[in-house]
Order: sequence, then C-alpha cells, then structure tokens
Amino acid sequence: MSTNEQPALLEVRGLTKTFTATPALSEVDFTLYPGEVHAVLGENGAGKSTLIKVITGVYKRDAGTIRLNGKLIEPRSPGHAQELGISAVYQEINLIPTLSVAENLYVGRQPRFLGMVSMQLMNKKARKLLKTFNIDIDVTRDLSSYSIAIQQIVAIVRGVDLSAKILILDEPTSSLDRHEVETLFSVIRSLEEHGIGILLITHFLDQVYEISDRITVLRNGRKVGEHLTKELPRAKLISEMLGREFTETLGKRSNQITNGDSKHDTFLDIKGFAKRGMIEPFDLEIKKGEIVGLAGLLGSGRTEMGHLVFGINRSEKGEAFVESKKVKISSPRKAIRYGFGLCPEDRKVEGLIADLTIRENIILALQAKLGWYRHIPYKRQEQYADEMIEALHIVTTDAEKPVRELSGGNQQKVILARWLVSNPELLILDEPTRGIDIGAHAEIINIIKRLAKEGKALMVISSELAEVVDYSDRVVVLRDRKKLTELTGDEISEDAIMQAIAEK
Amino acid sequence: MKSRFFPLLVTFLVFSAIYAYCYYHFSSFGSMRVVCNLLRDNAHLGIAAIGMTFVIISGGIDLSVGSVIAFTGVFCALMITREGMDPYLVFAIVLGMGTIFGAVMGVFIYYFKIPAFIATLSGMFLARGMAYVLTTESIRITHPLYIRVSKLVYIFPDKGRFTFAAGAFLAVLVIGIYLAHFTRFGRNVYAIGGNDTAALMMGVPVGRTTIMVYTLSSFLATFAGIVLSLSKRSGDSTITVGAEMDIIAAVVIGGTLLTGGVGYVIGTFIGVLLPGVIRTYLTLEGSLSPWWIKIVVGGLLFGFIAMQKLLSARPKLFSFKRQVRPTTVSTA
Repeated sequence: MSTNEQPALLEVRGLTKTFTATPALSEVDFTLYPGEVHAVLGENGAGKSTLIKVITGVYKRDAGTIRLNGKLIEPRSPGHAQELGISAVYQEINLIPTLSVAENLYVGRQPRFLGMVSMQLMNKKARKLLKTFNIDIDVTRDLSSYSIAIQQIVAIVRGVDLSAKILILDEPTSSLDRHEVETLFSVIRSLEEHGIGILLITHFLDQVYEISDRITVLRNGRKVGEHLTKELPRAKLISEMLGREFTETLGKRSNQITNGDSKHDTFLDIKGFAKRGMIEPFDLEIKKGEIVGLAGLLGSGRTEMGHLVFGINRSEKGEAFVESKKVKISSPRKAIRYGFGLCPEDRKVEGLIADLTIRENIILALQAKLGWYRHIPYKRQEQYADEMIEALHIVTTDAEKPVRELSGGNQQKVILARWLVSNPELLILDEPTRGIDIGAHAEIINIIKRLAKEGKALMVISSELAEVVDYSDRVVVLRDRKKLTELTGDEISEDAIMQAIAEK
Repeated sequence: MKSRFFPLLVTFLVFSAIYAYCYYHFSSFGSMRVVCNLLRDNAHLGIAAIGMTFVIISGGIDLSVGSVIAFTGVFCALMITREGMDPYLVFAIVLGMGTIFGAVMGVFIYYFKIPAFIATLSGMFLARGMAYVLTTESIRITHPLYIRVSKLVYIFPDKGRFTFAAGAFLAVLVIGIYLAHFTRFGRNVYAIGGNDTAALMMGVPVGRTTIMVYTLSSFLATFAGIVLSLSKRSGDSTITVGAEMDIIAAVVIGGTLLTGGVGYVIGTFIGVLLPGVIRTYLTLEGSLSPWWIKIVVGGLLFGFIAMQKLLSARPKLFSFKRQVRPTTVSTA
C-alpha cells in the first residue's frame, strides 16, 4: 500500500494527444506510486489505450510531460520504454506460442555459454526466475501447451525481468476464468511487494475492487477523477465513468408501446444460453414489436450475448425457441434462416465490404439467404437498393457508389438496409449509433422505433444509456459477463440501470 | 512428449519403416555403398534444403533455389572453361553474387512487404533467365581442380565411395544444426516464424533476421550449385528445373511446419534422403517405373500436410486461437 508522501514513480502531467482534430487525450494527469496497483477505468473512447500507448512510446504526445522517478523521459518506442523500465503486457499475448516457456522468457537475450546459446542455462535461469513468483512449471514445454493465464504470467514475468519498474497490464483477465484470475492476482501482489508500480486496465469492476489501490477515471479523453479504491463507492465510480449524476433525470422515455400485454407473441425465447469465458447462463425473451436494450459497461457481455443469439459463437448449453418451436442456433447461417439479422459493432471489420457498391452490400444477406444459385436479377437488385436509399435516407449520388466513400452514419444505414431487405423477424443491433454524427444518430433511432412498430423484434446493444432508455421496452442489464436483471416499462431509467450495475 | 517434436518423430518413424522395408528386400541397403550414394546424389538438394528449412521456419518460402543452383553451375562452367578464370576466384564471385541476390530478395520481402512467394518467384525467373542468357549449351569443365576434387574420395571396405559432395552435405548439415539451435540468429528465426509481431515487440531484430534468412538460403543454394558443378563437372542451364519443389517437399516431410515456427534441420536431412531411398529401391527392384517416386513423394507430402493441419487444429497446441473471435458476419 502506498501513500501520497512517497515519491511518485511515474508522473504524467497535462498529457494531450490529438488524432485528426478530435483530441483522444486532453490535459490528462496520472500518477503512479511504487508498489501500488492503479486502475485506469473508462468506457470506450475514454482514452485508456491512448494513454498507455503514449506512455509506452507507440504514439508521440502533442503536449505534456512524463517523469519517471522525477526525471523527464521521452519514450520513442515500446522497446525504448522497456529500456527505461516500462513494460506492457497486452490482452493478446505477445509471445511466441511455438517456443518453450524458457525461450519466451529469453527471446532476444538468450544466455550464451562460450558464444553458443545454451538451452540448459536458459532453462535453469527460467526455472529460478519463475520460482521467485511461486510458479513451478516445466519450462521446456511449448508455451502454447499452457493455459492463457500461465501464458499471461510468463509475459508479465518477462516484462518484469527486463528490469521493469512499471508494468502496464491491459485487460489481463479478459480471457481467464475465476481460478486463473486468482493465480494472476497472486503474481500481481508479489510484484507489489517488489515495489513495482502497476497500471491496470480492466473492465471487471469486481476485480478493480479486489486488486487495485487507486483508481483514475477517464471519460472522452479527460481525467474525471482520481480516488483511493477503498474510498470510492461503486455507484459513484459508475456515474463518473458514464458521466451521469444519479440525481439527474435525463432519460426521457418516448417509447411507450408497452408490450407487456398478450397481444404480442413471443418471437424468440432463450433458456440458459452460456459459453465459458464469454457469458454466464442467461434467459432472454423477445416479443414481436418489442425493443430489448442491452445495457452494461464495456466488456459486460453485451456483445457476447448478441453473438450467442446469432450463432457466431455457439452456446454450450441451454435451448432456444423461435415462435415456440425448438431450434438449434449453431451458426449465423442457421440464425438467418430463422429470420435473425445482426448488425455488428465494428462495421468496417465485421460488416461492410468497403470496395463493393451500396447495391452489392445491401443485396449480400438476401442473396445468401436465397442461396447463391438463385441469383437476384439485376433490375430487382437496383430496385431494392433504391428503395432502401430512399427509406433510410442514405445520402449518396447513386446506388453504385462504393461504400468506402460514404460517411459513418450512411455506412451504418447500409448495414441496416442489408438486413432490412431480407426482411428479418429479429434484428440484433450492436452499437448502431457509434461514431456517427448527430443527425444520422436521430435518424437511426427513428428507424429502430419504426421497425418495432412494424412488428419486428429488436435487440439493441448500446453504451449510450440515454438512448437505451429512450427506445427500449425492456432493458437487460449486464455486468462482468452476467445478466443481472431486467427492467420493464416505467422501471426503465438511467438511474435504475446504473443502480443495477453498481449493486453488489 | 513435447508437441514440437511430434512431426520430427513421425518423420523419423516413417523413414525407419521405409528403410527397414527396403533392407528386408535388398540387403545392400545395409552397405556403405548405398548410404554413400544417397549422400552424394542428394548433396545439392540437401544443402539447398537446409537453407530452405530456415526460410520455412521463419514463416517464408524461397522458390528461387532451383534456378540459383542452375545459374551457379552455368556461371562456373562459363568462367572456368571459356574465360579460363581461376576456379577459386569464380567460386568466391558466384557466392558473393548469390549472397547479394538473397539479401535483395530479403529486403523486398521485409521492407517492401512483398509476399515471399512473389519476391522469390521473380527471383526464380530472374536467375533461370540469366542462366539461359549466359548459354543454352551444356559446358564441360576439365579444370585440374575439378579432377582433383573428383579424386577426393574415402573408400569404405565395401567399396562405398564417400565423395567430396557427401562430405560437403554433412558439413552443411552440422553447421545448419549449429546455426538453428546454438545461435541467437537461429532462435530468432524460430521466434519470427512463431509470431512475428510478438517477436518484434520482444526486441527481436525481425528485419535483419528476415533478410539474413533469405541471404542464407541463396548462399547455400549457390554453394549447392558449386557442389553439383564439381560432381557433374559441367554446367547446364536446363538442370534442377522445379528442384525448389522437391526441396520444399523434403523440408515439409522433414517435419517443418509450413506455418513457421516449428522445424528441425535434422528432419530436413531425413526428408531429403527419403525420396532417395525410394528411388534406390525402385532401381534395384527394376520392374516398376521410376516415376513411382513422384507418386510416393506426393502421397507422403499429402500425409504430412494433413498431419500438420490436424496438429494445428488441436486446441492445446495452438491455444492462442482461442482468443480470436470469429468475425464472419459479413459472409453470412
């Protein structure tokens, strides 16, 4: 445990970094003391990864100072930062799966004996090094034969052994199970005892309270608070992260269809879907004409729930019923056949094919549904595309423009259009309004509401609480990959959602 | 049992089984005569294959080696016989050329991000073209040095002739094993093949190592060309067409994963000898068409690649894949 009287290990002052006009970080201060775990928290786009990338020299900062042990430093590259004593371990483990544990610890600095790389010496040193962290494993085995947790620990030990004073852990526990987290935490605690300062980025709040001594909250590239963990109530933390005060009543609910009554039939009923490492068992029912919002912090399992429902990842247990008929959702193909559609979160990577035209992108899902041998006539394709451009107000000169040339909001509409032409019964939208301008934002929300009125079932994942509160008939609240509760009708408010997330 | 050793073990078992089968039918497989001939006949392929092993472990491919071998032979013959140059000088020049050739391919592959397949494919056409431009005839070399080298033979009691080529092959093998396992360069090659971005983050000089890998491959291919020129005592631009394919096959049969990161030089040694053993068997057997060799090698290659695929599908071996979420929505 550290106190403020101790000299700081790392002092970041007034850090600013701007990408193409929008500041990713502005005037951020961050202080790390030796022997403490300092968690940096924030939602998507808060600036967490930019902060660590600047500290590790991946990005050049625009303004501000970084001091290590009181001395100004200028990290130029991850390698240079490492030499200075700042090591980072990322979520995707940056080790070599096909080499032994020992070799991974000593890649690039293999111990030599009489000028020759000596495996024996390397194995001996590796064993000794791991023993200092109470890890006793066969260091000659391939790294890939060990669990992710062990691999992560090997990465950490390597980082620390490279004379690290500061260790940055970026989402170290996101692919670990409970037991593995324990192992990792015991290593982190022993690092604390060695006086190493640890900057931890994670979205698991329980783990933040378990391991961290201090918390810095970032939002939209600004520091909004720094607290001792034990003095910060969860509710306050969450409201800082989301930027909403509990007392404020922001969420205006406009969607009052109230589908509680029986005239709406259940479209999809899921019982006990789950997948290890992704999401704990959950039930989910969606009626026709209903909008179900999924709310939770980043990494709470919102997207994972959508992926399981759409068959991108197969549920390990549980059953699903579409209109009371039992179905097996084993792949997106199957899901599409049952009338599902999914607009993914990252439209560039997962959704659109940038070089194809609007028409081609729109027609893709429908063609897949029909099967590739039943070609849709060109005339019909044009018709579909034009209809959609009109219905969704896609701003373009014509349907033959490559999607790449459209703005973010219009790209999002093209994805929507793709699913709309295939006339799905259930549409899963993952962050449909992320990264689009205000005008398009309102339009997308209107489209969502209209679709529900037309009798479609909608499942909308969003980190914008106000938005979720606005259109949802029901809100499913998630935390740490677990469905916590459901709010219906008048229960829905931003306060209620935040309260639900904060509850122990 | 370490999973890294598994492909090597399979290679070794298959080779032993085939050799035992051959020995059962023809006891001459137990003689030094057959062993020495195997080494001699496959020396040039083997030397180039050891270079190729490094390339494939690093996650790349080198299609230019067959052409480089041919070019070297033609260049030596032309310079020594037609121009009357000193053979040692010619060797030094051609090795220098080969080294630069490989380094340039490496630079293109690393700095200009040209896929190794394309960069070395153009290298293949370039070297072959240069060989043809030099001459399309077969030129004999009758320089005294060549005669002297051909007399450099250790004769075993059973008349097995251990030639210079066989010796060169074994020497390169030993150096190859040393490079792969006892130098940082070798370990870095494995690291790059396992995960090049991670290797970069861990401070491995990825660029330098990549360039050195292709340099080594071309250097050894050139050396293989010199060895072949010494044993054939001629230069011919039409030889070793498609040899790169035999060499790649030998490396893969030798247990090196085409995906990179896993492989052993000693495995390549076995992989080179395996077709040779089968060829010898077919010659002794007499009634079967010698082209059966292609069918057997094809079958073996297929078997080994299928095995590699199965291995990499085993979740434990490459558990890194667990983290990758499928993102196949767009194709749905």
